[in-house]
Amino acid sequence: MRVIDRSALDRLLEALRRQGYQLIGPTLRDGAILFDEIRTTADLPEGWTEEQEGGTYRLKRRPDRALFGYAVGPHSWKKYLHPPVRRLWQAQRRDGALEFIPEPESAVRYAFIAARACDLQAIAVQDRVFLEGRVVDPSYQARREGAFVIAVNCGQAGGTCFCVSMGTGPKAARGFDLALTEVVDGGRHEFIVEVGSERGERLLRESPGRAAAEEDRAAAARIVEETARHMGRTMEAAGIKELLYRNYDHPRWDNVAARCLTCGNCTMVCPTCFCTTVDEVTDLTGEHAERWQKWDSCFTMDFSYIHGPGSVRSSTKARYRQWMTHKLATWWDQFSYSGCVGCGRCITWCPVAIDITEEVRAIRDSEKSGG
Amino acid sequence: MDRTIAPAVTEVVEKRRETRHIWTLRLRFRDESLHRAYRFQPGQFNMVYGFGLGEVPISIVSDPADDELLDHTIRAVGAVTDGLCRLPKGAAVGLRGPFGSWWPMDEARGKDVVIVTGGLGCAPVVSAINYIMTRRDAYGAVKIFHGVKTPKDLLYRERFRAWQRTPNTEVYLTVDHPDRRWKYRVGVVTNLFEQVRIDPDRSLVMMCGPEVMMRYAARGLLAQGVAEERIYLSLERNMKCAVGFCGHCQYGPMFICKDGPVLRYDRLRPWFDIREL
Repeated sequence: MRVIDRSALDRLLEALRRQGYQLIGPTLRDGAILFDEIRTTADLPEGWTEEQEGGTYRLKRRPDRALFGYAVGPHSWKKYLHPPVRRLWQAQRRDGALEFIPEPESAVRYAFIAARACDLQAIAVQDRVFLEGRVVDPSYQARREGAFVIAVNCGQAGGTCFCVSMGTGPKAARGFDLALTEVVDGGRHEFIVEVGSERGERLLRESPGRAAAEEDRAAAARIVEETARHMGRTMEAAGIKELLYRNYDHPRWDNVAARCLTCGNCTMVCPTCFCTTVDEVTDLTGEHAERWQKWDSCFTMDFSYIHGPGSVRSSTKARYRQWMTHKLATWWDQFSYSGCVGCGRCITWCPVAIDITEEVRAIRDSEKSGG
Repeated sequence: MDRTIAPAVTEVVEKRRETRHIWTLRLRFRDESLHRAYRFQPGQFNMVYGFGLGEVPISIVSDPADDELLDHTIRAVGAVTDGLCRLPKGAAVGLRGPFGSWWPMDEARGKDVVIVTGGLGCAPVVSAINYIMTRRDAYGAVKIFHGVKTPKDLLYRERFRAWQRTPNTEVYLTVDHPDRRWKYRVGVVTNLFEQVRIDPDRSLVMMCGPEVMMRYAARGLLAQGVAEERIYLSLERNMKCAVGFCGHCQYGPMFICKDGPVLRYDRLRPWFDIREL
């Protein structure tokens, strides 16, 4: 481990840009902390934090100048690895001939700055979907393999965080090139750097700082331990698949359906939700057509529509149950992982504050009380 | 080119009208090497793309050994299927596939085959029936059960008659609501299982149709002593990608596009009775 200061971190970012990476990191925009292109640490939300609760997100000033003193916002890295809208191919018709023109793979190489442990797990979950099945998504593969990742171990837990329950954080365990722990203490403002790959090690040589002393390591460990103790939420994850498989008919689904607006916000902010639909587009000549893929949500009626019976999941209850049961149960059978990483976004960004941890608890408690 | 995402170009080489709203399109790859390399199994499907219209999953009804390949029976029910049915001979059509699981035609060899279908004509089982009829001696007795709501919903009357004339093949037609001219049976398909002898130890069941019908039919067959491992069903769900990426066809832990559409009953059982799954 090494210890660097802010100017050294800027030199690392500069080196990444020199190597051709497009830097994506947290920025302050529209009253939230959103991912966008950054150039230097000056673009980061310095001295800001946020308050997160069910259906609540509010920026707040910090008493210090921390660069990473907040939890996750509504964006996740899937915005870049699995873009919300992208063209799949074009078709051209000419004199009765038809040609399909595949979309060239993205040549952009992203460097993700300040990826949190929960989000690294979310990337691993989407890798499972798009790279590790029988069919590989070449577009995802191109974006993913090019990406450089600088992780940040969380220095404070958000009000809706439950990564500890899901075993995904707050310390980044894998899936990064470099991982930073930010130390802001009195006059001290430093970053303890852990190397996660050879590529990361090479980059760190550009601006190596000093070797971490025993007390630096201890300080870094204390910070994540402290964060782990202050999770805003908890979820008992053991046996959750079996719990939900036993309870497809639980009355709680009616209860949550009475609150759910089926707006799909939870699916948009979820870093693992991967569902998409396609739009067929034609131009005025009638000889050119395109297919565009865009994020879709299992909360819409169209999602499960088939001719004849119509939407398979026409009730709100069935759609919420599909989403939550997929996240926490069927995902295990499909991909040998949990689809939930404990980031808490679905709780924060739900307009009516539906809380997945609370919904699980309600079902679990009813079993405990024999109800 | 990777056929999993962008379609290959095929051509409508033949067009046959089955009923007023149903057409069978015979497609042939324009690229001869693709045509020669294409392999599929009865029960699998292709994603068929009509230029500028969109793409739909369509089961392949021709015989895998037929060099002409790739008949798709399409019912005009929406913008895409309607557009496909209107295409003239010679028109170019996009095609991705084949996708999904298939009927256990090898396992069924030497056994009796029970086919249960319902609703408005069911292309997935037609592929299995055609396969058997082409290799008639390789299979035992074939019993085809087909149930519809009213006589006017009965499509392919000619086809059922032709199958009925094949040796060792029985066809049982039934309607829920008969009219005066109806000369076959009345009632749901399940009633027939009590009247027609099915040998549970010699039979393999292939089923496709409305889920309600299949639910009752499966129960009826189980009650007759047919083992869960001998019942296969083909399911339908909304699909966009056909390779497990778009998420639309999820059915509990399964994706109908890659784990299905043909699934064995013992695998489906924990999920089959859950409404709005």
